[in-house]
Amino acid sequence: MSKITFVDVTLRDGNHTYRHQFTPEIVRHTAAALDAAGVDMIEVGHGDGIGGSSLHVGRAAATDRQLLEAACGAVKQAKVAVFFAPGLGNFADLEMAAEVGVKVVRMATHCTEADLTQQHIRRAKDMGLYVCGYLISAGMAPPDTLAEEARKMAAYGADYVNLAESQGHLVPTEVAARVRAVRQAVDIPIGFHPHNNLGLAIGNILAAINEGASFVDGSLKGFGGGAGNAQTEVAVAALKRSGHEVGVDLFKIMDAAAVFQGQLGNYPMPVIENDSILMGYANVYGGYLHPVQEAAKKYGVDPRALVLRLGARKVVAAQEDIVVEEAQRLAAQAA
Amino acid sequence: MTLQRIPVAILGPGNIGTDLIYKVRRHPAFELVLMAGIDPSSEGLARARDLGVATSAQGVDAVLEAQPAIVFEATSAYAHKANAPRYKDAGIFAVDLTPAKMGPSIVPSVNMSDDFSAMNVNLISCAAQATIPLVHAISRVTPVSYAEIAAGLSSRSVGPGTRANVEEFTYTSQNAIAAIGGAGKAKALVAINPADPPQIMRNTVYAMVGDDADDDAIKASVHQMIRQVQTYVPGYRLTMDPFRRGDHFMVGVEVEGAGDYLPKYAGNLDIINAAAIAVADAYAATLN
Repeated sequence: MSKITFVDVTLRDGNHTYRHQFTPEIVRHTAAALDAAGVDMIEVGHGDGIGGSSLHVGRAAATDRQLLEAACGAVKQAKVAVFFAPGLGNFADLEMAAEVGVKVVRMATHCTEADLTQQHIRRAKDMGLYVCGYLISAGMAPPDTLAEEARKMAAYGADYVNLAESQGHLVPTEVAARVRAVRQAVDIPIGFHPHNNLGLAIGNILAAINEGASFVDGSLKGFGGGAGNAQTEVAVAALKRSGHEVGVDLFKIMDAAAVFQGQLGNYPMPVIENDSILMGYANVYGGYLHPVQEAAKKYGVDPRALVLRLGARKVVAAQEDIVVEEAQRLAAQAA
Repeated sequence: MTLQRIPVAILGPGNIGTDLIYKVRRHPAFELVLMAGIDPSSEGLARARDLGVATSAQGVDAVLEAQPAIVFEATSAYAHKANAPRYKDAGIFAVDLTPAKMGPSIVPSVNMSDDFSAMNVNLISCAAQATIPLVHAISRVTPVSYAEIAAGLSSRSVGPGTRANVEEFTYTSQNAIAAIGGAGKAKALVAINPADPPQIMRNTVYAMVGDDADDDAIKASVHQMIRQVQTYVPGYRLTMDPFRRGDHFMVGVEVEGAGDYLPKYAGNLDIINAAAIAVADAYAATLN
């Protein structure tokens, strides 16, 4: 049985679902409840991480600093984490995060491009931060490629490596093969970040742990990009039932889920919509759910046709402009 | 009358440097005298030798010894920071293809200069070369309070130098988008896509403009600028015609390269190298 480090990403990945409109108030209350429940790390910020607020991806309601100050002021034991994608954020964003009390940075890039994180992993280590090498869309590369990329991140100084299955495309046997390959390649801990497009988020976590993963990502009520993440409170219950050691209190994490939902008023919690099923099925980045639905509506095209076009173009994260471009093309072809 | 050709050297035998071999050789006024690197066993130097170019693994020292009039530096920001003063002392005009920013930055279709007294010109980045013309095309007809660019590059067209300098790539690009593009503030984002077959370099520009901006004037100015860039990068073309999206304009272009060294999808290499040749050409004109 494994000792699990639990990372809650509601306040970062959920910002995709909330169109990057989280306020310091929402962050403060939710982070305090997560902290009280015993979550180890709480990731906070724009959906695409610090420096991510943009016309391209979506403008945030609050500055990175405001959100991070709210989180850091609310926690007693948990470490506040940020997501950082080289190419979107800059050193100044990283320095700001460290200054306000962030302890963990998850340095993210598409799963075949680990060398893009070298410069920023080294800088973050020099700043004394705990660094995760974060491979996005891990279902878009085969196990041996992921192993090679994870090895690079370990060499740059990453303290652990996270496989993020951003499409919700993989089934448990495929997750197991990837974690196993990475396990054989690196000595640092491995984490797993699922999405729930095919309803497999929790099962995939258990498959990852069986192959040696020890860090787990989830979000309260499953409130994360696209179809949502593994639902934190469900994952905690399932981990405990499986006999894994997890320092999160089940009642208190259920309370935290209620606190978070209360902060959002009547905002709908994620369900697996048809567009999300198709994105999982076609291996299309789940963060494009809102952009796809908005562009489909604006240009009068079928969102499912748009999803398949994006799949054919093999889009990766941070290519929101292609969603608009393909919607325009579909509309022009229909005209 | 025999034209006295101008001796030119290239430092950095990677993707950019190798592509420059073709472009320098095609230019009637330039004579390529050296390709220098630092690793005697590097593929890039072997490739240059195969192309019949004199090579050296002695790096910047070999360039200084060869005494070219112009050096194209395609190494890293770190290396160029150390080399720039040495070129200047030796009277060598440096065209800097790293994001080191030791001299004034030039985007040929926007701010080509005839004052090269700094003896060093910086070309910012491929994304800056591809997007600043569009930002400028909008800001010359209406104030742009904020501009943002998103560059999409194929993984195979992004070499280790760029990868090790992502911070400088984005930081230097966004400063230039504001300063040269004419935006109040700016942000640069880059996404690298490993799809096979590789995708052509693409760039999207977002420009915040006032409610009273003349949409037709913006569109006409962008179209005119695209024709101007096409004079030195023929594969530069619209993928999203400029359109208003709330408080900002959005416009997209793709850049198909000339296919000199890397295949045509690597328009990012082509546009910065075409800019390098245009700057070297303008400098050479001041020598006559």
